[in-house]
Amino acid sequence: MSTSVTADNIATSQYSHYHNKVARSRATSEPAWIRWSLVVITLLFLSLFLFVPLVAVFTEALRKGFDTYITALADPDALSSIKLTLIAAAIAVPLNLVFGVAAAWAIAKFEFKGKSILITLIDLPFAVSPVIAGLIYVLIFGLQGWVGSTLVDNDLKVIFAVPGIVLATIFVTFPFVARELIPLMQAQGKDEEEAGLVLGASGWQILWRITLPNIKWGLLYGVILTNARAMGEFGAVSVVSGHIRGMTNTMPLHVEILYNEYNYAAAFAVASLLALLALVTLALKTFVEWRVAENALSNENANS
Amino acid sequence: MAKQKNVLPGFNLSLGYTLLYLSLIVLIPLSAAFIKTTELSLNEFWAVVTAPRVVASYKLTFGASLFGAIINGIFGLLTAWVLVRYTFPGKKIIDALVDLPFALPTAVAGIALTAVYSTNGWIGHWLEQFGIKVAFTPLGVIIALTFIGLPFVVRTIQPVLQDLEAETEEAAASLGANRWQTFSKVIMPTLWPALLTGFALAFARAIGEYGSVIFIAGNVPFVSEITPLIIITKLEQYEYAEATAVAVVMLIISFLLLFSINGLQWWFSRRGTAGH
Repeated sequence: MSTSVTADNIATSQYSHYHNKVARSRATSEPAWIRWSLVVITLLFLSLFLFVPLVAVFTEALRKGFDTYITALADPDALSSIKLTLIAAAIAVPLNLVFGVAAAWAIAKFEFKGKSILITLIDLPFAVSPVIAGLIYVLIFGLQGWVGSTLVDNDLKVIFAVPGIVLATIFVTFPFVARELIPLMQAQGKDEEEAGLVLGASGWQILWRITLPNIKWGLLYGVILTNARAMGEFGAVSVVSGHIRGMTNTMPLHVEILYNEYNYAAAFAVASLLALLALVTLALKTFVEWRVAENALSNENANS
Repeated sequence: MAKQKNVLPGFNLSLGYTLLYLSLIVLIPLSAAFIKTTELSLNEFWAVVTAPRVVASYKLTFGASLFGAIINGIFGLLTAWVLVRYTFPGKKIIDALVDLPFALPTAVAGIALTAVYSTNGWIGHWLEQFGIKVAFTPLGVIIALTFIGLPFVVRTIQPVLQDLEAETEEAAASLGANRWQTFSKVIMPTLWPALLTGFALAFARAIGEYGSVIFIAGNVPFVSEITPLIIITKLEQYEYAEATAVAVVMLIISFLLLFSINGLQWWFSRRGTAGH
């Protein structure tokens, strides 16, 4: 199994939870006072960087009371930013999902020259700063860009409009599903698909009835991560959006505008929705990891 | 192994679609950045990318990313160790929350860190009594970059630590090694590759980061202005070629990092299989 792990993918590996609770003897463990000091130092570090900022989002959001909170969320500009964020994710996630399955099918089931180069190229968007991800689309679709004048002639707008936001979102979430599926499908091999073929299944039947059911948890995992990043992307979207209120503002951009206007309560109110999304993402992610570990365990038991 | 004919269908379709989509979304747009810089002469390009304000931003971006990655290297190792080896209340929730920096939108992280670390924030006002200012200083940039790189080291070390067999430690102990000797001479050598990989990933991620930094940094030129912000500033002044020149410098560095991380992992996986 050739898994070259890159960037965000590292955190997403679903095989990170093993059930090896081995009782440790005294010779291979530390004295209690060292154990507890290490735990306390770790919790202190995580509190400073993770827990306190997370709690701060919700307390700042509710600082001026629940009514202000609701008013901030019911604001038409806030609602339109929520809508745009949902639209961008609703387009970017399925497109990258289809790409991820296609790429993983080609890479995991077939041998061809330049495969490792292709895998590295799929990883490229992880290595690119979000700001640059936005910039490259401005260079192509902007007024002075490659196709800028053609777009103007046809009265089409990409930059400072919704298509640009969708494109930038697709770019930054490009590798997630593919990176999740490639190692998974490589590990599963192609025996089952070949058996299906021998039994007379067509290509699409093999895909729908054999491959997709086999990779459903990995697929779900990739989709969860893609969606979280798609809804939360800031840098890339910021470059192509033009920050037109009620028109081209996604939720993260709306947070920025409110914050820069010193409207902190409203900024944190919208931010708290995104923080909730992050917590739901983590919960779903943990659930999928747990299911995968459970499946792996029952497979092991069945085989032994 | 004899070359077998692959009977599965869909190779041309899936590879063709992969290459088409990859080209349209990633390769052609990225090449636009390199082509755009050819509008500048070599001298102009050099003048843009070595302007004092831009150089100051490189120093901050790379320096703060390095600091953040070092903090994450030390505390990420500690966190992974504690999560794998010890039991304490709430461990599972804390384990799940380590991934928060991946799931939390960077703009939210940015304003939350600013609120907490500004002079009237929960942690900031406490630090101020010791004369430490975080928000709107390079220290703030380091805090933000530590936050976004936090999961990398933990998640690269965790699986290695979990797979470590107890026998080797028992053997070391029975041969008379004390706990510290076992840790430094037996456990650490197996953790170094993962630690280095996690460190490199955290560093690479930090260099390009924008959203979580700009709020807490205050963006003072020559003091707390990161390179991605320089690109945005130039874009807003319609200096597209100049913005792209700085972007190309960042792209080349990021690609070099990506290739060295992939090379690093290829090397370690080879070394790993050779050792067993």
